[in-house]
Amino acid sequence: MEALSWTGSLGTILNPALTLVVALFAIALVAQLVLGLFAAPMTLQSNADGTLQSRGGALGMSETAVKYLFLGLIAVVVAYILVPLVMPYGSAGILGEMSKRFLPVWIALVALYAVSIIYKRKLGLYGKLFDSTVGMIGFGLVMFWVFTALFVGLFDMIITHDYLSQVSGLKNKTPGVPVPEGTDGAIAHYLLGGDNLARDIFSRVVTGSVFVIAIAPLATIFAFMVGITLGLPAGFYGGKLDTFLSFVANLILAFPVILLFYLLVTPEIVETGIPSYMAAFLFIFPLIFFGVLLNSRFYTQPAKRNMILAPVLIVLGWLYLSVINQKGTVINFLPEWMDLFDISILVVFVSVVFVNAPTVFRIVRGLTLDLRTRDYVAAAQTRGEGAWYIMLWEILPNARGPLIVDFCLRIGYTTILLGTLGFFGLGLSSESPDWGSTINEGRKLLLIYAHPALPPAVALLSLVLGLNLLADGLREESLKD
Amino acid sequence: MGLFILRRLGVMILTALCLTFIVFWLTNLAPNLEKLAKTQGNARMSDEAVVSWLENRGYSQALPVKYGQWLGVMPGYVIEGADGEVRARCAGPGVEVADASTFCGILQGDWGFSTVFKDDVSTIVATRLGLTGKLMFWVMMVMIPGALILGVLAGMREGSRTDRSLSTVSIISTATPEYVSGVVFISVFATATFGMQWFKGTATSAMEDATFENFFLPVMTIALYGMGYIARMTRASMTEVMTAQYIRTARLKGVSFPKIVLRHALRNALIAPFTVIMLQFPWLLNGVVIVETLFNYKGFGWVLVQAAGNNDIELLLGVSIVSVFVVLITQLISDIGYVFLNPRIRIS
Repeated sequence: MEALSWTGSLGTILNPALTLVVALFAIALVAQLVLGLFAAPMTLQSNADGTLQSRGGALGMSETAVKYLFLGLIAVVVAYILVPLVMPYGSAGILGEMSKRFLPVWIALVALYAVSIIYKRKLGLYGKLFDSTVGMIGFGLVMFWVFTALFVGLFDMIITHDYLSQVSGLKNKTPGVPVPEGTDGAIAHYLLGGDNLARDIFSRVVTGSVFVIAIAPLATIFAFMVGITLGLPAGFYGGKLDTFLSFVANLILAFPVILLFYLLVTPEIVETGIPSYMAAFLFIFPLIFFGVLLNSRFYTQPAKRNMILAPVLIVLGWLYLSVINQKGTVINFLPEWMDLFDISILVVFVSVVFVNAPTVFRIVRGLTLDLRTRDYVAAAQTRGEGAWYIMLWEILPNARGPLIVDFCLRIGYTTILLGTLGFFGLGLSSESPDWGSTINEGRKLLLIYAHPALPPAVALLSLVLGLNLLADGLREESLKD
Repeated sequence: MGLFILRRLGVMILTALCLTFIVFWLTNLAPNLEKLAKTQGNARMSDEAVVSWLENRGYSQALPVKYGQWLGVMPGYVIEGADGEVRARCAGPGVEVADASTFCGILQGDWGFSTVFKDDVSTIVATRLGLTGKLMFWVMMVMIPGALILGVLAGMREGSRTDRSLSTVSIISTATPEYVSGVVFISVFATATFGMQWFKGTATSAMEDATFENFFLPVMTIALYGMGYIARMTRASMTEVMTAQYIRTARLKGVSFPKIVLRHALRNALIAPFTVIMLQFPWLLNGVVIVETLFNYKGFGWVLVQAAGNNDIELLLGVSIVSVFVVLITQLISDIGYVFLNPRIRIS
């Protein structure tokens, strides 16, 4: 077997095209930026005969050029993805083979975008996202990783080799290296090379997405539950409660995050059981939240309330107990058959929630302070509604815009935090394929072999960038209302 | 104003006390002390040996007592150990037990002794802070002008193509954590992989002699992550100012656009970014820890990692005090500065 080159025979046509388009795009972009500084703020001008004319002159030309070159750039990138799908194995190089491995993801993405764009007028804020280019790009990047995680985690699709198996002779080998005859695996090459333990980097990076996509949104949801449940009363009532909670939040925020991680996420601290107690404290908030949410709405009809509240609380309570109940820790009282799952990285999860919750608290408190003076709150008070009803059913829905935007940003931030933990080797085993740990492994030999650290770094960057762009698109679209 | 500052100072001291107590408590938990005993004494110590080692060195006292001694409000321990040797908290190396002072804590200016570096915590913290200060100075020199220019250019014409392009640049920079940009920078500019081996991949030599070659990458790595955020805040404040009445008045009077931006808008637009820049310090501390580890620059962040990794209690406490005070003082400065810079608050 020969080693794969980066683009194979495909590159002879597409590489010069890509270079040309990128160079022209960069020139046009710079020209547009520089010229834009001196031009009048006008994009369309109306002529006397009733026609509209777009901006002319050098700036107008550069703007048109940027637009078409950007489309051209996308076309070239799409060609890199699509053409290899019909080419035989190996002829399209590493990029071509990677594109083939991601085939299920491409299909899912195309289907999702097709359906969303057709029905976008009926889909509310989500549909509006497809009106903004930035939002669409961001959503695409995020969904790329979500689908990758789904296909890898549930169906074992995309990966080419086992992410833990070591193949002798492939240690630190450069991308495209052929594996020895008779090695298990879907294809006969290590697409992105081998790491310092001769494992397949491509498979590790792709498997790492499962970890991030599973943990980051969930941890963010928990942080939001804590922040909302505490932030609403703090902003609504004010007074001593607010002073105390704000002090505690500021206390946690004044801690340098890394110091906190180093103090909390060590085997010694896990031994003392502090993470388990923190989990028991932090994870009860979803129960409180949903309990109060439903009770405040239906308490006037006790029969109906009991019908709704009881199953919700039983299911959540069971999940809660299974999460905090861990074998080998201080909280271990449930009988075996009741314990649904053991989370081996509970301490990572807890510390990420703990770091994020105070910021959410501050945002929710600020929004509540602003919204509690509105007329609809006064109207609800005049109707005789309870305080919690007003907070959860009047104020919270009206604060959703900024909260949704912050939710997207915060998932990105959580991803960065998880990467930080991995980067310092805290809480995760060194075998773990998550991106932070892989970067940490790769950086040790970075000056000699650059290829093991780069793919996870680029993967993490693209996911966080996608979430940030998505948040920006959502903010822009929600402001248009 | 005086009362406001006094109240803030009070809250600050209370916060610092709470935080140091939390750090103290976490580092003094039984498993951590056992680890300390085994790393300092002998890795194969029996359980009894660990207990007596800890007792001899005053680690077995009650937590509030130990904290009081460290603070300097309670007299330091003098313990006659099981091995017959008398040890006193205030008797450092080279000081006789009899000559030792009664109180030795933070309040007396005694920061304790590092078990990892075998040196006084105050000297370690001072020298390392100096090194990190050098790094931070250059980060600020790159980050603040860059971010302000980016934000002002983007914000002066909201919604224009310039705005879109520059905003995308700042989003990309906020989405790149230091360990990603650092790894990318090193592999692109410090290895032969891409044929652009222009800079050095380590900053160890920059500790004595910082040159463009060995200091550029670490500075850029930290500056990039903070730059996007400040630029976005500057942009938001600039767009708000540009829609204000007095800008419209100036326009209608026929003032040229560059003059409006530089004379009328800029001063008011820079109030909000000032607060943001001040509040960026705690985040920069994170970046410092990552970058110093990545580039092997032995500054304050590197010491934090060493102290935390080896459970060096007194060094860790010293480090946390410094970082907590940096955070709190920058918050205070940002509050006071905001009041001083904003005439609407200052005059009323």
